[in-house]
Amino acid sequence: MSQSLSGQLVNLLAAFLLLLAFEMLSQRRILTLIRLLAWQGAALAASTLIVAYSTGQTHLYFSAVLTLVLKVILIPWVLHRLIDQLHVRWDVETLINIPTTMLIGIGLVIFAFALAAPISEMASTITRSTLGIALASVLLSFLTMIVRRKAVPQVIGFLAMENGLFFAATSATYGMPLVVELGVALDVLVGTFIFGIFFFHIREQFDSLDIRHMEKLKED
Amino acid sequence: MEIALVLGVPLLGGLLLALVGHTRRAPEFNALMSLITLGAAALLTGRVIADGPITALEEQFFVDSFNMFLVALTAFVAFTTALFSRPYMRIEEHHGRVNSARLRLYHSMYQLFTFTMLLCLLSNNVGILWVAMEGATLTTVLLVSLYRTPASLEAAWKYFILCSVGIAQALFGVILLYFAAEKVLGPGGTALLWTHLHEVRNELEPTVLSLAFVFLLVGFGTKVGLVPLHNWLPDAHAEGPTPISAVLSGLLLNVALYAVIRSKVLVDGALQSNLSGALMMGFGLLSVVVAAFFLSRQKDIKRMFAYSSIEHMGLMTFAFGMGGPVAAFAGLLHMTVHSLTKSAIFFAVGHASQATGTQNMESIRGLIRQSPTIGWGLALGSLAILGMPPFGVFTSEFMVLTTAMHEHAWATPFLLVALGVAFAAIFGKVQPMVFGETTAQRLPHPPALVPVFVHLTIVLVLGLYIPPYLVDWYRQAAALIG
Repeated sequence: MSQSLSGQLVNLLAAFLLLLAFEMLSQRRILTLIRLLAWQGAALAASTLIVAYSTGQTHLYFSAVLTLVLKVILIPWVLHRLIDQLHVRWDVETLINIPTTMLIGIGLVIFAFALAAPISEMASTITRSTLGIALASVLLSFLTMIVRRKAVPQVIGFLAMENGLFFAATSATYGMPLVVELGVALDVLVGTFIFGIFFFHIREQFDSLDIRHMEKLKED
Repeated sequence: MEIALVLGVPLLGGLLLALVGHTRRAPEFNALMSLITLGAAALLTGRVIADGPITALEEQFFVDSFNMFLVALTAFVAFTTALFSRPYMRIEEHHGRVNSARLRLYHSMYQLFTFTMLLCLLSNNVGILWVAMEGATLTTVLLVSLYRTPASLEAAWKYFILCSVGIAQALFGVILLYFAAEKVLGPGGTALLWTHLHEVRNELEPTVLSLAFVFLLVGFGTKVGLVPLHNWLPDAHAEGPTPISAVLSGLLLNVALYAVIRSKVLVDGALQSNLSGALMMGFGLLSVVVAAFFLSRQKDIKRMFAYSSIEHMGLMTFAFGMGGPVAAFAGLLHMTVHSLTKSAIFFAVGHASQATGTQNMESIRGLIRQSPTIGWGLALGSLAILGMPPFGVFTSEFMVLTTAMHEHAWATPFLLVALGVAFAAIFGKVQPMVFGETTAQRLPHPPALVPVFVHLTIVLVLGLYIPPYLVDWYRQAAALIG
């Protein structure tokens, strides 16, 4: 695969990642949110794989496999099981309405590109133009977390932010040292499990809150 | 070797306590593991004093005078807190707030939390430091939510989300740092090692590093509890078990500040300007002032002292932001005395709220009648934290103030007003809690008061006389980061 072709493929995947981040921002169904998260992980794994192949950075193969197993299969599966057991399908409460959120999101993307521009120029990697996109998807996921009031979408936003950060690491520097990536992956995994435990505790403690919420929905 | 012990003992302790479950001797075992860790830290300290800075395991770990004193302090306070938590948690069990499953979680997580903090301090790798810091967040989230009350769950959730988001910003900072370092040091493991970064700090790309520092400061600053990133801190301190409030305030905030200071040294080298110092001074001063004014509005005793921690972390950040040998010395001394005093206060506060069955300050009265030691511990601890001479906090605050007057005269009025407001608030609230008609009941188990007075004695001694080797130690550390 030639350098320019792989570069274009990575750019395409980066654009896909950004599109997914916007989609997550506007999405209200939790199942779809999880599916989008898995797609984001897949795009991340694919771009890592392409970079690994075209630059010969062998540790990136490992990182790609790790991303695939953790972010495309394991974490979405855990989240699926959780929401099945918790019977939460919808997340209707957003702090600001969706069109306004999208406008803020566009603003964030412009900001991210301005911020990343001087750094992108210094980068010598084939993926340098994607650093702005990586930063933009981090900020968009951050926004997703802020505007949601419910626990599950907040966590999905957090995981999406982690995806953006990994993408930034591969765009700027062909990934961080393996030991660090492993450590970060471990933290994310443990974090997801703790989040899972928390969902149950929260439901147990705030049970009445949830019921009232459902009654309110019926009244509408 | 010593490093392996310092890190291995709490890790092993945490795993054992998780596996064995809650035996009757778990609190003693917890304290014993902390004691061995402290012993290993003492050995390590001895070796660093004798041989100078060391690196170990292919440079993955390193110790110099700056992180050494924090390792010693962390191991010490972790041990005394383990001693305090033995009777404290026993009384909590007696009151039915925790059961044996929770205690198992508590003891295991306590050791793992100590492990993550020590790993943060000893790791030479910025990436591993990040991983350990996130690990510390994960363990403490479980500890803060130990009581599983709605309030504690809410506090833990807020803590989890805010600190994870904050620390994700720090990860972006680490990525940028690696990006800049990789150009100089080449790709691979060495480009994230503090020791290597420190050597080439003048060659690092200034634009990238200034951006990296903003992310690192915001990220780790969330964990330090700097205003306006402090929202998680009062909740987490108020709703978790008191021994955890003590180690959160006394130790974890220091560890996060340590990461900020190490980053500042690199950025200063690359930028040759005072950008990082100015940012830290700004955040620090804002924290001092805002926290001081929030102090007087608190009703919950643990929340009040949590705000006091924000104030003191702000003061330290300000001091390190000013830089220079005197301010850095003052900052390091303040780190030490604040850790010791604040944990002592939380020990006393913990027993005080157990004896009165409330954390509401208006309902805590006359502690000195029922239990003179709790009352005196709270009274003396509060005087110490307010910077009354002859306690050590006075020395460090005085040094920060005089340096500020010399170098940044504009900041002194803010600092003086804030310290005055904090004094009025805390003194006015603590005084009726200590004296007068009592609302306190006798505790079902004898309270742990030795740790309180050991800490306060050390703080008092540090105010009257700092041993020469400690002065040397602080000077060396101040030279490293000044």
